[in-house]
Amino acid sequence: MRKTNSSSKSETIKVDCLARVEGEGSLYVRVREGRVVDVKFKIFEPPRFFEALLRGRNYSEVPDITARICGICPIAYQMSSCHAIEDALGIIVGGPLRALRRLIYCGEWIESHALHVFMLHAPDFLGYADAIQMAKDHSGVVQRGLQLKKAGNELVTLLGGREIHPINVRIGGFYKVPARSELGPVAERLKWAREAALETLRWAAHLPFPAIERDYEFVALRHDSEYPFNEGRIVSNKGLEIDVRDYDAHFLEEHVSHSNALHCLLKGRGAYLVGPLARYQLNFDQLSPWVREAAREAGLGPACRNPFQSIVVRSLEILYACDEALRIIEEYQMPESPAIEVQPRAGTGYGCTEAPRGILYHRYQLDDAGVIVDAKIVPPTSQNQKMIEEDLWQLASQSLQLPEDQLAWQCEQAIRNHDPCISCATHFLKLHVERD
Amino acid sequence: MARQHKPRLAVWKFASCDGCQLSLLDCEDELLAVAEKLEIANFPEASRAVVKGPYDLSLVEGSITTPHDAERIHQVRRASRYLVTIGACATAGGIQALRNFGNVKEFLSIVYAQPEYIETLNKSTPIADHVFVDFELRGCPINKQQLLEVISAFLHGRKPNTPPHSVCIECKLRGTVCVMVAHGTPCLGPVTQAGCGAICPTYHRGCYGCFGPKETPNTASLSQWWSHLGVSRPDLIRAFRSFNACAEPFRKESEVHEKN
Repeated sequence: MRKTNSSSKSETIKVDCLARVEGEGSLYVRVREGRVVDVKFKIFEPPRFFEALLRGRNYSEVPDITARICGICPIAYQMSSCHAIEDALGIIVGGPLRALRRLIYCGEWIESHALHVFMLHAPDFLGYADAIQMAKDHSGVVQRGLQLKKAGNELVTLLGGREIHPINVRIGGFYKVPARSELGPVAERLKWAREAALETLRWAAHLPFPAIERDYEFVALRHDSEYPFNEGRIVSNKGLEIDVRDYDAHFLEEHVSHSNALHCLLKGRGAYLVGPLARYQLNFDQLSPWVREAAREAGLGPACRNPFQSIVVRSLEILYACDEALRIIEEYQMPESPAIEVQPRAGTGYGCTEAPRGILYHRYQLDDAGVIVDAKIVPPTSQNQKMIEEDLWQLASQSLQLPEDQLAWQCEQAIRNHDPCISCATHFLKLHVERD
Repeated sequence: MARQHKPRLAVWKFASCDGCQLSLLDCEDELLAVAEKLEIANFPEASRAVVKGPYDLSLVEGSITTPHDAERIHQVRRASRYLVTIGACATAGGIQALRNFGNVKEFLSIVYAQPEYIETLNKSTPIADHVFVDFELRGCPINKQQLLEVISAFLHGRKPNTPPHSVCIECKLRGTVCVMVAHGTPCLGPVTQAGCGAICPTYHRGCYGCFGPKETPNTASLSQWWSHLGVSRPDLIRAFRSFNACAEPFRKESEVHEKN
């Protein structure tokens, strides 16, 4: 699976099947005369054509279908599609229904981040092949991770009906909403989870991190008064500030010669990064004061540019999501109706929400009967792909002195830093299977 | 049977969303216990470590959509003592099998600017169309308790206990009021295999068929009932054409309404 091959002048690092990422990709780094000359983060997962198969479906079916793009972050797909279609239909979901959407998203962040922090990312830092091996020596840590993940899944299950491909999300709201009393048991569990998340943050802060600083252009949503989940303008740390409906005017997909995958770029500026590091820097002031304090204690400043430390920022976002979920539950009043009335009409709608891995953009065009005429979906992993390759250039260049197997492992880790979800990206990416 | 080593488990992925293999990692309370009973020998989503085959039990997620995958599934079969397919993609071709009713070239050109770079087959097909499958576990996604039951059954050399009856039975067992009878909500429950626990009716919506056709489903009769409830023909066709669109009884029923 992992091959290195070197002569006095050139060396090739190949990882034919990347492990501990969601989906199938490969890594290829070529070094000649002590210099990195080629880097490819390739995706060979087969395409599934979601944008095409959505055409002709009724608007009401879209959240159920787009959920199937990703088993790890189905809520993100349901939320982006609901908001985009509601935009087209001219409706705004507010009040307790809006709060419930934020709450179910908290559950997905907890579940997805805990999966990544403990099962996919942590084994790299501690030198294990996987979390099960790690559990032999760090049983408490792995158990805590599994239980945190479970707390997130329980929240998604309560509001969504099940943790993978939830059935309760619809355009306009939900099919059924919980009574206040039904949220009690999950709140108890979340109180435990908040403590466990704080311990996780302190633990993650002390993992060994390679020294690397990257000058990223971070892109995330920004909302006036809250850490972003479902709403906000799209902003960057280098001056971008646009409405979601202007996404297509500012971002493009480029076909680059060294890879047959489409890379998302900011027009005239190049690669950018979405995800926890971006959200954190662009919304640090929107975290509750005690979560900010916990960040400081963990050694995080208001910005983090070391991609390996994304595990610390993800841990912090688990903490925030637990705390925010508890706040929402505390203030929750059961709405009179589980959904607001929806009437189909012709139009185009735009939606962008913060999936655990970063912004997820959807655009739909509907006819007057509410049938999908055109769909566009841009997942976070395709947006990060170019920046992941740039990370690899820098990391491989500065780590060439490492023994080959360690260098290969570190390059793999550099990809896992961004929690790529290849299943998501692929229906969108251009593939070319290069057989070596 | 005497074994020299712990039974070896492998998890393989074809065209899919990863949700069904994630179900194994979602067994938060049972995962470490499962890992004690068997060796997780090949599971790229969870581990860098790869133990060479042959494998005692292979779980296969996803459908066959590329020429390369059509070859690879034979290698998986050769390396596996038992091969169990998990989820609607692997057992019926999944949502991506909607291409089977249309023109894949058109699909390609909608999504990709330069379709010539894409290697894809005209149809998305279930694993059993390509190799012998020892057992099919249904669902989009699968139920993780059923997954544990299947793993446990194969470890002990017995047949898995996954009832082939309809979702209706699960509603009765839960005491859920029938949404079709009481509220006139169209529901695929009468023709859909149990396994999810009848979640949708409990959340006041009709079943939308994640687990595919039950044993001997009377789809024609259900279609008639849906028509009485005012469901149009295009809506009826699309109801049978989702995650299990190419499961035989659902495919045939949708085609009947397309022709009429």
